[in-house]
Amino acid sequence: MAGIPSKLRYRPLNLARWLIWGLTALVMAVLPQIFTQGFAITLMSQMGVAIVFALSYNMLLGQSGMLSFGHAVYSGLGAYVAVHVLNLAGSGQIWMPVSLLPLVGGLGGAFFGVLFGYVTTKRAGTTFAMITLGIGVLVATCATMFRDFFGGEGGISTDRVIGKPFLGITYGPGVQVYYLIAIWCLVSMALMYAWSHTPLGRIANAVRDNPERAEFIGYNTQRVRWFTLIISAFFAGIAGGLSTINFEIVTAENVGALHSAYVLIATFIGGVGFFFGPIIGAIVFTFFVVALSGYTNAWQFYLGLFFVLMVMYAPGGIASLVMMQVQLIARKRFKRIAPHYLAAGASSLVLLAALILTVEMTYQLSENSANGTLINLFGVHFDAAKALPWAVAIGLWIIGAVFFHLARKRVARVWGEIQTELLQARA
Amino acid sequence: MEFFVISLLNGVSYGLLLFMLSSGLTLIFSMMGVLNFAHAAFYMLGAYIAYSLGLKLGFFPALFLAPLVVGVLGAMVERYGLRTVHRYGHVAELLFTFGLAYLVEEIVKVIWGLTAVPYRVPAVLDGPLFTVYSTEFPKLRGFMMLVALLMLLAVYLLIKRTRIGLVIQAALTHPHMAEALGHNVPRVFMLVFGGGTALAGLAGVIGGVAFVTDPSMAPSLGPIIFVVAVVGGMGSLAGAFLASLLIGIIQSFAIGLNWSLSGFLSVLGIAVNAHTPLYSVWKMQLSEVAPMLPYLLLVLMLIFRPKGLLGTRAD
Amino acid sequence: MNARALELKAVSKSFGNTPIIRGVDLAIPQGERHALIGPNGAGKSTLFNLISGRFPLSEGEILLNGESITGLKPFEINRKGLSRSFQITNIFQRMSVFENLRCAVLWSLGYKYSFWHQLSKLKDANRSAEEVMESIGLKGRRDTPAGVLSYAEQRALEIGITIAGGAEVILLDEPTAGMSRTETADAVDLIRKVSKGKTLVMVEHDMGVVFDLADRISVLVYGEVIASDKPENIRGNKAVQEAYLGAEAEAEAD
Repeated sequence: MAGIPSKLRYRPLNLARWLIWGLTALVMAVLPQIFTQGFAITLMSQMGVAIVFALSYNMLLGQSGMLSFGHAVYSGLGAYVAVHVLNLAGSGQIWMPVSLLPLVGGLGGAFFGVLFGYVTTKRAGTTFAMITLGIGVLVATCATMFRDFFGGEGGISTDRVIGKPFLGITYGPGVQVYYLIAIWCLVSMALMYAWSHTPLGRIANAVRDNPERAEFIGYNTQRVRWFTLIISAFFAGIAGGLSTINFEIVTAENVGALHSAYVLIATFIGGVGFFFGPIIGAIVFTFFVVALSGYTNAWQFYLGLFFVLMVMYAPGGIASLVMMQVQLIARKRFKRIAPHYLAAGASSLVLLAALILTVEMTYQLSENSANGTLINLFGVHFDAAKALPWAVAIGLWIIGAVFFHLARKRVARVWGEIQTELLQARA
Repeated sequence: MEFFVISLLNGVSYGLLLFMLSSGLTLIFSMMGVLNFAHAAFYMLGAYIAYSLGLKLGFFPALFLAPLVVGVLGAMVERYGLRTVHRYGHVAELLFTFGLAYLVEEIVKVIWGLTAVPYRVPAVLDGPLFTVYSTEFPKLRGFMMLVALLMLLAVYLLIKRTRIGLVIQAALTHPHMAEALGHNVPRVFMLVFGGGTALAGLAGVIGGVAFVTDPSMAPSLGPIIFVVAVVGGMGSLAGAFLASLLIGIIQSFAIGLNWSLSGFLSVLGIAVNAHTPLYSVWKMQLSEVAPMLPYLLLVLMLIFRPKGLLGTRAD
Repeated sequence: MNARALELKAVSKSFGNTPIIRGVDLAIPQGERHALIGPNGAGKSTLFNLISGRFPLSEGEILLNGESITGLKPFEINRKGLSRSFQITNIFQRMSVFENLRCAVLWSLGYKYSFWHQLSKLKDANRSAEEVMESIGLKGRRDTPAGVLSYAEQRALEIGITIAGGAEVILLDEPTAGMSRTETADAVDLIRKVSKGKTLVMVEHDMGVVFDLADRISVLVYGEVIASDKPENIRGNKAVQEAYLGAEAEAEAD
């Protein structure tokens, strides 16, 4: 090891890195050419914004151990700053190309990061979480009071098609907005990835793991957290600016508790322990929200349940589940456990069917009872007030529960066997 | 004078309601180190369950049963949910209760619908208790204060005068030692969690009928009880009591006052008009700003006295 | 007379109404290896915590190189050139051995809160970390997460993190606790090597280690220093023998 010059040692890593980033850029560039429908482009644009937002959130949660319940404050305020600047630019009072607007959002977010961050980072852990909640409510309440800045009930709207077209780009068509978002998303991803390999980024990890030890190697942990929060708020503000361009409106919801909850859920579902976790989480979450909300009114319930189950049984998120399987595949052990995964998957589908049936029927009986009790589920029409569907639901619950329980035990056993083998092989 | 007395009474009754809620939260936090984000959700459940039970059984039987149901639900949540997550640490526990809060809110929407349910005041509690000058003080508010005080007394007696209370006090600061002495500490945890949520449910039964019973009950009251917990000092029951009353009184007074900064400035002889920069800030009235005050108090407290009023337990 | 690296003047500490440290005076010259011994509960770790700023003093003053550090926060004290290890291993579990050490050198090399330097390109930080890693003998475990190291390896890493920043005054809290004979011997060699030219204050229970390494020994009993002298004098001190060493001193001396 000692004799190998450092250049040679790092080279394989660099090649892989360039490959992955290049591939990502390529995929982002090509996607709208494959999925050309309007709603697909909108969906992908939203995903791009969500990715930046979730990654900025994970700078706090996953990388620095700071659980915030009020992160939407920074993205929302960044969005508000951006929308005002855009309106000023649109009326000719200042010069600001739309392409650079997300930077304005970022600076806005960072400004409030300096301001609020100073107060919030005075404490750590649970108290920090509570303070962020309080500040979040404070800002959201302000939004209803300061009408000039926040626009009251209707928010502030804007027009992104301003000034002369630049190389034919007006940002009128959705696909042009997509490419703008994609570029900012890629740049932000790269910058945030780079940050995690800087002294501040690494010390933030240290503060997360052992704040006391970090003090004893010369670091003021409060400062570390404050600076990290400012940078995180900067990127959240960029997401806010992108959102302003995308939706052409900013309302009090943008700073509200729901958006803060959403970024928390999305990041956690994706996985806080890996850099790419929030990226997965943002994509899955956006898809969940946009697609599912079209099919059922109880989609928020499903989301909440999914989140709680993840906290309980897969706290590392989708990313950790993926990496665990990657480990198995690399060691050629995946085939052994795959059939057991299938069995568990099938039985959980039965449970899912039972859940959907129960929830949709309950919802129909309570909320939509004005419209009668008939529902149409996956093309099957039936009456939710009759006994038969309920009997079917109960039956599905029982069958699903029994088989899932058995399958889960089997998966756990085979997993344990494989892990033991791997450990022995290494020794 | 009338305004003062009425605001004080309203403030104290609201503060006692807040205390009913935050006492359970503080107990759970002191004992288990878990900040139950879903506490307000159990409050909401108490209201809804009391409403549904009340339709069949009447108000007062529901008053007794609903908190019990909520307490049992809370105990089950602890046993099957929180305990699983406990080994992943405090952040995971907080995330779990956060997810739970969100989930319960959605469950309530699925079962009872999106709009408010007609949870009505029973006839015997309707109407004025007494009249101060020309304003009526409702019987319902008086009843709220009575229930809160009785509850406070009961919890105090339970903790200080019974054997189980002694075990709870021990497990509060030294759970491992208490377990080593043969007490079933996990069961104590389950009881405390269930008890805390039952208290929240009781508060919900009263609060639901005094205010509106709808799915926004939890998210609107939730943050305030956290403010109470932090301002009073995490882990201090007395602090929570003080902070509850403080916040209740501040809000009740603020809502009725039309003071504004511009009014204050004109007393000093400085005139402010529509052309003054930031006019919208100067002319804002205290009554408009009232919802924001607890959170301002939170931020100020955290800057100047992070321990809270009577805080004992650190992060 | 050597300049005083560390000086304690009438240092007292009470927790509530319970006095733990009752008026300790100590003066440690630069370059000395000083051992702090005493029965369990005497307050040795508390004294360390007071010196390193983890607990506030109830009374008294602490001076580092003549400058008062009373009431300073741990990171401020560390920046002035004092570093400490912990009795219960206190490392960054999720990072590799190399990363642990690299973090420990960042501040002293002046990188502070930089978010514009790429870690892989910091030649001086990487070299420093490699050197420390070599000297503590963990080069073969470079990329292993610190949490999975063996106990003795973690203790070595603990010492490594403590000295990596180049502090002139080093506090080691029971560095050989829980080690076997061979591990202890290796640890003693390591400590001797890394404390060359620096001031070392060590809390230890292993008398072999103490008499091997220390230039001077202070004996702490019930929060007071009852003797502070060269090892051979401590060995013969009746009060110390009564309070603490008892028959063990005779056995070790042989």
